[in-house]
Amino acid sequence: MPTLSTVTVGTHLDERTHEPSMVSLFLYNAAIWNPHRIHFDADYTTRIEKHPGIVVDGPLQGDWLSQAVTEWLGDDGELVEFEYSNRRAAYLGEPLRAGGEVVEVDRHTGTVTLQIYVKNADDTVISPGRAVVRLAR
Amino acid sequence: MTETTGPHETAGLITPEIRQWIGRSDAPQRLEVTRRDIVKYAIATQQRLDKYRRGDEAPPMFLFNAHQPLVDLEALRPDGLTVDPLLPALPLTRVMAGGVTNRYHRPVRAGDVLVLTRTLTDIYEKQGASGPLIFVTYAVRVETEAGELVMEETRRRIFR
Repeated sequence: MPTLSTVTVGTHLDERTHEPSMVSLFLYNAAIWNPHRIHFDADYTTRIEKHPGIVVDGPLQGDWLSQAVTEWLGDDGELVEFEYSNRRAAYLGEPLRAGGEVVEVDRHTGTVTLQIYVKNADDTVISPGRAVVRLAR
Repeated sequence: MTETTGPHETAGLITPEIRQWIGRSDAPQRLEVTRRDIVKYAIATQQRLDKYRRGDEAPPMFLFNAHQPLVDLEALRPDGLTVDPLLPALPLTRVMAGGVTNRYHRPVRAGDVLVLTRTLTDIYEKQGASGPLIFVTYAVRVETEAGELVMEETRRRIFR
């Protein structure tokens, strides 16, 4: 569990691979009450909206980014700010990785800034993000 | 955190009539946060921390979309989406999620009763690699029913 006195710039968060399935994408969209067919209707998605496949939700990637932070943070830290952008679409079937690193430590305010990312199989950052957390001393 | 309006040297898609919609808000939505709903969300997003899997606390992105009024099936478009009451008809219609900027004041917990209010804060145009894009930003304010500020979200959507 990171603390203000032990955390250093450049510390990497553990990377995690996410491979959503047709079922998990359906359940995610049901949980957030999102009926957009591009996330569960393959025929509609490819034939009508001309995507190469079922689209992995941008905010689901955002959730993975938040997990990279909350798992690193542990129980004594708190998330203060969290932001991400979805820059490029991702489709069902491609493995995606979420991770990040510490980029700033402010011992006066007790906050740490993390740069976080979701990368695709080509190692392209498709969803970059940033989080600010408050750590215990 | 709002983005500054881009220069208007593009296709002129955002008319003054469209910009007049900026500042409109949805009716506040009341949400009772249940343990079961948190657990469903935690399972679907493959959360690994116990506090989320038990539903004690909601993960940081749990409230994404929670501001929505629940509308009847007839109000859904053929693509499944709802017509956004905060937006006028726009010349570009394919929607993509842009991203989110959240500021947290305290975690959301099972048993919380929240009030969520969404406001349209900006509409502007940018030139993308394959044509014009319209960026729309919203602010979602989340308070408890007692008026305690819980979270502030800036949400971005892109129309192409």
